Amino acid sequence: MSLLTINDLTVEFPTRRQLFTAVDHVDLSVEPGEIHGLVGESGAGKSTIGAAIMGLLDRPGRIASGTIKLSGDQISGLDAVAMRGLRGKKISMIFQDPLTSLNPLFTVREQLTETIQAHLGGTDAEANQRARDLIDRVGIPDPDTRLDQYPHQFSGGMRQRVVIALALCTEPDVIIADEPTTALDVSVQAQILDLIKELALERQVGVILITHDMGVIADTTDKVTVMYAGKVVETGPTSQVMGKPTHEYTKSLIAAVPRPTLKLHRFPQISYGGRETRFAIDDMARHWPKVDNDTSKPVFEIRNLTKKFLQRKGLLPWDRTYFTAVDDVSFDIRAGEVFGVVGESGSGKSTIARMIAGLYPVDGGTITFEGQVVSDLTNRAALDAYRKNIQMIFQDPYSSLNPRMRVDDIVAEPIRHHKLMEGSDIKRRVNELLDQVGLGHEAGLKYPHEFSGGQRQRISIARALATQPRFLICDEPTSALDVSIQAQILNILKDLQEHLGLTLLFISHDLPVVRQMCDRVAVMKQGKVVELQETNELFANPQTEYASELLRLMPKLDDLSTDGLEAEI
Amino acid sequence: MFAYIVRRMLQSVIVLLVVGLVAFSMFRFVGDPIDNMLGQERTQADIDRLRAELGLDQPFPVQYYKFLKNAVQGNFGVSYRQGRPVSTIIAERAPATLELAFVSGFLAITMGIALGVFTAIRRQGIAANVIMTVSLIGVSLPTFLIGILLIYIFSVELDLLPSFGRGETVMIGNWSTGFLTTSGLKALILPAITLGLYQMTLIMRLVRSEMLEVLRADYVRFARARGLSDRVINFRHALKNTMVPVITITGLQLGSIIAFAIITETVFQWPGVGLLFINAIQFVDIPVMAAYLMLISVMFVSINLIVDLLYYAIDPRLRVDARAT
Repeated sequence: MSLLTINDLTVEFPTRRQLFTAVDHVDLSVEPGEIHGLVGESGAGKSTIGAAIMGLLDRPGRIASGTIKLSGDQISGLDAVAMRGLRGKKISMIFQDPLTSLNPLFTVREQLTETIQAHLGGTDAEANQRARDLIDRVGIPDPDTRLDQYPHQFSGGMRQRVVIALALCTEPDVIIADEPTTALDVSVQAQILDLIKELALERQVGVILITHDMGVIADTTDKVTVMYAGKVVETGPTSQVMGKPTHEYTKSLIAAVPRPTLKLHRFPQISYGGRETRFAIDDMARHWPKVDNDTSKPVFEIRNLTKKFLQRKGLLPWDRTYFTAVDDVSFDIRAGEVFGVVGESGSGKSTIARMIAGLYPVDGGTITFEGQVVSDLTNRAALDAYRKNIQMIFQDPYSSLNPRMRVDDIVAEPIRHHKLMEGSDIKRRVNELLDQVGLGHEAGLKYPHEFSGGQRQRISIARALATQPRFLICDEPTSALDVSIQAQILNILKDLQEHLGLTLLFISHDLPVVRQMCDRVAVMKQGKVVELQETNELFANPQTEYASELLRLMPKLDDLSTDGLEAEI
Repeated sequence: MFAYIVRRMLQSVIVLLVVGLVAFSMFRFVGDPIDNMLGQERTQADIDRLRAELGLDQPFPVQYYKFLKNAVQGNFGVSYRQGRPVSTIIAERAPATLELAFVSGFLAITMGIALGVFTAIRRQGIAANVIMTVSLIGVSLPTFLIGILLIYIFSVELDLLPSFGRGETVMIGNWSTGFLTTSGLKALILPAITLGLYQMTLIMRLVRSEMLEVLRADYVRFARARGLSDRVINFRHALKNTMVPVITITGLQLGSIIAFAIITETVFQWPGVGLLFINAIQFVDIPVMAAYLMLISVMFVSINLIVDLLYYAIDPRLRVDARAT
């Protein structure tokens, strides 16, 4: 008998207009000690399954049919009190974002002991002892001091360990981990996944690992269930599903995953469900001013660039302390190339991008653009002329578009600001741009919230291209997107570079993506560039220890099927 | 932390100085106190003599400077109208206002938070919706109208509670209190409700919206997923997080309870400093007005300081910065 069995589960969300079926007749079973992956793109219903098991469906969601059984006892349809007894005791949950899943106003000890006592009772001393053991078990050093600290005093990875300790409080049988490492750096991700693997084995806990990351699935899980639009499309042992997918959707999903080992010319797009949108690069190239990129000359020369942020204010200069975000960095970006910057969070990669874009003033060193020093420009007109040539695409497509502006105004704004056109020409140009990025000009009349993440990123691209720039800064442009959408956006960026002769600064923490996109890569650590290499060279022979460490921690995708992928020679 | 308090104190002193300066520059427009002080049969010589005696012939910065010099030594001058030291008059009147403000502030905070939490947790319930609708009245009706309405219903029609005054008071040292007699307590009820109703509804609506926000937060979901009871989640996890923004507004509102007491005291003829101030304006009693304005600013400034310190007590994330500043 399985530990957890889900039979024919259907979850519905009745809305005013229609009934939305989030989970559609799903079967699933988890054995003790097994890590069962649940993979799919956003909206596939994987988190809803987790919430249904926990009895925490958001209103007005309801289980329309099917049963959920834990060790043979039915747990779906239990009343609130009985369910609360199970939650945290028999079934625990780990959430995606460790920054927000701990209450900021209580110490770690308070949050642990209250959970322990809620389920096991016992004296304060017993609860404290157990809390200490748990904190020790999840690998947090110096548990006695750490216990009395508040969540904000922990780093992201340490916080996720606290969350795991909380989930383990009462020896649960099943843990549901909903995107447990999505918000973490690669190195921390590897540690947290190892910890989950260890615990599953050691305590014979069944784990349901919900994620959109195929790398995590391939590395961690024993079995995997692939979901699409609320339905299970394929299920089986991980190596079999990943290596020899049988369903069309699984095949296309796996094909869209960027590989660390294989450089592709273009990403295969997910064709399942007919969601491909055309990107009219040829139309765009016809109107684009001809640039001949002299690849021998650098577009940007960056010398001894430094940025410090005030960490502690003080009236007197010696009372102030600074945090050096970018520390004496020098590199060139050649015309027409895609220059990658990789590093973990806090390594200073976004700060460099912002200094180049002129969003942060420079504290030391110079930035030279096509022979002109731009880092000390103060003259408004000169700055505008420079900024017209560089545009930026941001990470978060949700917050980088003003929600109260219509899309055509968003795209027209740079044109109006730089006074490039007037009157009806602007309208025509905006419509062209929206057509070219595959949204269609009717999109201009809508507001940003009416679009999905991938479509919004297309709006960002249209806006960035409005001034016909020479240089694009892409700051993690796809890290908030699903893998199929990521493939589309990366293809667009590649087209821009190849057909319009744009130079790209591509910032990412995702090494496989960098491998696909970039000609040369700078690896950053704590504000310094530790290695700068041709991409292929970096992946084949990393010169520094840090770079090889990063490569080692990267999820291996060797088991993934390579059907339909054509390597670039 | 100590440095922080000292810095805030210095800021407070600057605020007080500015308030005083503004006040003194305006007193000239209130009217001429001499008119009220001398009778019909005055001569120009009398007027000039009195004006020189009171120092009113000097420009206002000089008057302000003299006021400050005396005020530092605890001397706020002599009331033009009553001929007694202002500090004595205010000391007599302050207990009435402070007792009224304390009771209505207490009502506003306890009822406001309790109802706010209730309406947030039972968002769909009938009771919560009724409370929300009724609270609109509290926010939109002006204080004096509420006061008159209450007097009409409870004093005139039902004849349950007195319509004006403090009732009997008992002196404890220099403090006259209405808390110890039945008539004193009865007299407090209507003015306290009148004064606190607006603050109460405001705090309630604020607590409700903050609480709804917090209940959607990830850590509340995680607390649910850990199987904690609703009581622990609502009153331990959610309420404490709700308090952080609520405290700022509440602090400022408590300041305005004392300031708004002017209107309530006028409606109920409550013998507090607010009524004193209104009378002082009518008679252009500059020393009383100046002292009153200073008193109110001291109160606002110290409430603000307390609010900021409470922040640090509640939110551990701020403590790191506090140590750094």
